[in-house]
Amino acid sequence: MINARTSDKIATFIFYAMAVSVSLILLALVGFILFNGLRVINLHFLTSPPSAFRAGGGIGPQIFNSFLILILTMIFTIPIGLGAGIYLAEFSRENRWTRIIRICTETLASLPSIVIGLFGLLFFVTVLKWGFSLISGALALTVLNLPVMTRISEDTLRSVKNELREASLALGATQWQTIVHVVLVAAIPGLVTGVILTAGRVFGEAAALLYTAGITTPRLQFYSWNPFNSNSPFYLFRPAETLAVHIWKVNSEGLAPDARQIADGASAVLIIIVLFFNIAARWMARRLYKKTTGI
Amino acid sequence: MVDQKLTNRLGRAFTMLCAGFIILTTLSIIVFIASKGLSTFIVDRASIRNFLLTTVWRPDAPKSEGGPLIGALPFIAGSVAVSLLALIIIAPFSIGVAIFMSEISPAWGRKILQPVIEVFVGIPSVVYGWIGLSVLVPFIRNHIGGLGFSLLAGSIVLAIMIFPTIASVSTDSLQTISRDIREASLALGATRWQTIRMVLLPAALPGILTGVVLGLARAFGEALAVQMVIGNAVRMPDSLLKPVHTMTSIITMEMSNTVMGTVWNDALWSIALLLMLISFMFIMFIRFIESRGAAK
Repeated sequence: MINARTSDKIATFIFYAMAVSVSLILLALVGFILFNGLRVINLHFLTSPPSAFRAGGGIGPQIFNSFLILILTMIFTIPIGLGAGIYLAEFSRENRWTRIIRICTETLASLPSIVIGLFGLLFFVTVLKWGFSLISGALALTVLNLPVMTRISEDTLRSVKNELREASLALGATQWQTIVHVVLVAAIPGLVTGVILTAGRVFGEAAALLYTAGITTPRLQFYSWNPFNSNSPFYLFRPAETLAVHIWKVNSEGLAPDARQIADGASAVLIIIVLFFNIAARWMARRLYKKTTGI
Repeated sequence: MVDQKLTNRLGRAFTMLCAGFIILTTLSIIVFIASKGLSTFIVDRASIRNFLLTTVWRPDAPKSEGGPLIGALPFIAGSVAVSLLALIIIAPFSIGVAIFMSEISPAWGRKILQPVIEVFVGIPSVVYGWIGLSVLVPFIRNHIGGLGFSLLAGSIVLAIMIFPTIASVSTDSLQTISRDIREASLALGATRWQTIRMVLLPAALPGILTGVVLGLARAFGEALAVQMVIGNAVRMPDSLLKPVHTMTSIITMEMSNTVMGTVWNDALWSIALLLMLISFMFIMFIRFIESRGAAK
């Protein structure tokens, strides 16, 4: 029996080694990105526009575009995804329709993001003639994000205790009143956490934006705030290269002599923002949970 | 006083509309991509056989040279090679980490590895690509050989990217096994390793397989990170250290340089269609595994 014991010890050791090395690899990755990036990042880099052929360009417009597309995407995704989630969790019965909805959600979730980008190129950019634009990019990301949002909403709503629903219905509330005033309120911590986590994913997405939001940005004039004005930064039909797309572009075109520094800095900014979303999601979840449960 | 019955109906109708929107979106993606992708074969009259089975990619070749030549086999083979290699590199490791998290040290797993995996998921794919380009490619060039831009570089980048998928799905699968089974095995005198190997892994196999297929699907569909490190040369993958192309990388590179409606452009859409069909195959395979697992 010594054999079995020794092999048990060896196996345990190997599992520990795997766990430790995974953690070290991640530490090395993040450390490497931050170390290289933070040497490049300064106020000028974060705010000024990129310069095409000379060194010293920044990533200001790209950061702005990333946040703008993120907000637009969320404006579309949250109501639709939440609505579909409510339908699946509260109204649907196990019938053919529900099965079809589930199959579609699953199919949509598993599509490679470049395929969704190509659909955007075909439909939003070409058929609807919106061109490479903020709106095309935001809608492509909505398609990408919708199945995730739907699943998070459904799961979170399903985790709300049935007693709450029954109490509300027993008091004479309609099903819709129960959903809006009881179930959604109880589900808020889970929903907020889910939304922030998907925001991180949307923020870093590039493949779906390459052919929808485009890989260029016009000069942004921040004195023009009217979104219907074609030179406004908020004009929905202007091309909008995001931070993630920019990292790809400086590497594949490589016209700027300091492409390496730009990619280092932009990667660090991207990672910091995504990590911030991660931490914020955890923090919000804890805080809102305390608030709504009163513990 | 608002009519609550009416609001109730309207609310329900709104949620149904949202669910309907998902169906509509999915169907329109399928219809749009399919109609573009099939026009290579219907409008341009290229043969599906040549598309799938030949290796010469010269969509601009004139008729006199037998063109347009749209052999997509190098891309299909490239995608298969790079994804499978990534899987071979990382699957044992991911499953090992999953075992650690669920069997060896759940407390450590929750406190340290769970956040680690979440951060791995959170890192955007272009950042993986950039690290691959700035660290891995020079390392391979200087210490292993070749240009650095290679099948191997693509596989390693993909391996790191699909690690969290396989690890977290496998962990979930192991954790759903009931305690009784573990205790029964330990009570019979089996060591922890024997229990893991002979009892838990077989029991968790459908879930682990699901994780592996999900990882493979992710690797197959990943575009930019691979494109940045793989070298992008149209050739059949025959060496770990030589550059290749994948289905996603050729679309990324050439879609913007070609004019809509040309054979070249149509051929790229056909590759996109094939990519979509392969992702459907992965879903069906997962459904199959899960239904068999449930039947047991």
